[in-house]
Amino acid sequence: MDLLNAIVALSNFVIIPAVAYGSQLALGALGVTLIYGILRFSNFAHGDTMAFGTMGVILFTWWLQGLGVSLGPLPTALLALPVGIALCAALVLATDRVVYRFYRAQRVKPVILVIVSMGVMFVYNGLTRFVIGPDDQSFGDGTRFLISALDFRAMTGLQEGLAIRTSQAITLVTAIVVVALLFWFLNRTRTGKSMRAYSDNEDLALLSGINPERVVLVTWLIVAALATVAGTLYGLDKSFKPFTYFQLLLPIFASAIVGGLGSPVGAIAGGFIIAFSEVTITYAWKKVLGYLLPENLEPDGLVQLLAVDYKFAVSFVILVIVLLIRPTGLFRGKAV
Amino acid sequence: MSGKLYDDRGNKDRTITKDGKVGELRAADNRRAKPVHTRDAFLIGDGMTGGYGRGADILHDCTIAVEKGQIAVIVGPNGAGKSTAMKAIFGMLDIHTGSVRLDGEDITQLTPQARVRKGMGFVPQNANIFTSMTVEENLEMGAFIRRDDPSATMAQVYDLFPILKEKRRQPAGELSGGQRQQVAVGRALMTEPTVLMLDEPTAGVSPIVMDELFDRIIEVARTGISILMVEQNARQALEIADVGYVMVQGANAYTGTGQELLADPEVRQSFLGG
Repeated sequence: MDLLNAIVALSNFVIIPAVAYGSQLALGALGVTLIYGILRFSNFAHGDTMAFGTMGVILFTWWLQGLGVSLGPLPTALLALPVGIALCAALVLATDRVVYRFYRAQRVKPVILVIVSMGVMFVYNGLTRFVIGPDDQSFGDGTRFLISALDFRAMTGLQEGLAIRTSQAITLVTAIVVVALLFWFLNRTRTGKSMRAYSDNEDLALLSGINPERVVLVTWLIVAALATVAGTLYGLDKSFKPFTYFQLLLPIFASAIVGGLGSPVGAIAGGFIIAFSEVTITYAWKKVLGYLLPENLEPDGLVQLLAVDYKFAVSFVILVIVLLIRPTGLFRGKAV
Repeated sequence: MSGKLYDDRGNKDRTITKDGKVGELRAADNRRAKPVHTRDAFLIGDGMTGGYGRGADILHDCTIAVEKGQIAVIVGPNGAGKSTAMKAIFGMLDIHTGSVRLDGEDITQLTPQARVRKGMGFVPQNANIFTSMTVEENLEMGAFIRRDDPSATMAQVYDLFPILKEKRRQPAGELSGGQRQQVAVGRALMTEPTVLMLDEPTAGVSPIVMDELFDRIIEVARTGISILMVEQNARQALEIADVGYVMVQGANAYTGTGQELLADPEVRQSFLGG
């Protein structure tokens, strides 16, 4: 019984939240990794691209809610997702046209593009705050829990409750669908293969008649979709605040680099590694250990390795370790 | 850092790329090139003089020609401009005098990509495959500009290189040097070119693999495709050549059939090691 309680507590406080957070990071990291592989720079504006796309979703959700439209148990935001993606795509394509294309034509070094993307980041940042404000916004609706802790206890008779929030379930399902679609696109379609070819060997891709501008366009469209989906899922799961999205940049980059920049599989693996590390290191293990250890060994303290405030330190430390030991990441991406 | 497998960001050939990580396949600006008429070969780089950008001339009145279905080989000492001459024919070099003609049509001012559409296939010396993609995907990418179904051509390539059919689901970067060259040649054949240009196809492969590659190249030529190739292994290359060009310092030094050049005492003395 104690073992079951321990497993339930662990699932409730560590596994389920980490899986949801990991899916969100993975979607974010996929966007970063695609840009790195094809446009060949680290896009610092990615967090704010996510914030902008999510803002579009939120505004449209509010409008739908005002009209009385709802998806029943599911959040209305899912209905608003395509609009948010379209807005975000329009923004990144306009940015590419006005800013990045100029630098591409100059064939500047990647490091210059990184700095350029920081400028873009500040502009997006301001734009989002200007429209929706710097505060927390709530836009989730529908049923809050798939299984609530009370129901679970009543159902199983266990001491510990297991709660699965609707947003967590939706996050996982959406992430699986999006990733499956992306991999199908990259591995099975002509355009997807041409993107991989361009990422692999630019000159040979040109020789084969692949049009670089088209590859770049498709990349931005996919990145806009990934960023908006990731941002909306994060917002539904936690809350939407522009500054939080800016801060997400660190765990997202850590995920992409841990997995290996330029490798989509790596981005997903990296997302989950970072999420699980953050959650396990900042989780107070007292309860789980209390169930597992014999009574006299039960810990007095919280057994929390790091306060939640320091959770970004975890991704940062992992990032540094990976860069020192295996700069190409787990899945042999490109060295940074 | 960890192995060269996925490090091939672009063509590492310094002459066609720029420093840094952005690859560059530049089109030559040949608008000022004056046409010179000589004999009518299927593909001819005629009296080419020029160099990279505004730099000094590397080629000096250099003429390279291939007849239909023949094998032409460019040999010569290091730094003689062999690869440069081939790149000039492919439009990657600014030539200010001379012209390039394919099947009677002047293509001097076309970009390399446009020349691919005209029926020229080019296999660079380095980074000539997509290492992270499977063999089959490499071939598919070779056929990217084709709007029709390329599966018949792919079957022909597999007939020519049976080992590729066996390994078609493997990432091309995992293959051996000789097999990678086969992928590179196969990729170039996917556009059904009329001329195939090979830049040192046997660089870095063992003598046995080299012989096999040459056999395959002869087979390709028998299907009516003209071959133009730059080779370090001069003796072996001249043995299979219908016509050979010995280049020295960016100019033609000796021209003749492969056998003539092999028999020429001066060529033997200077370039074939006696």
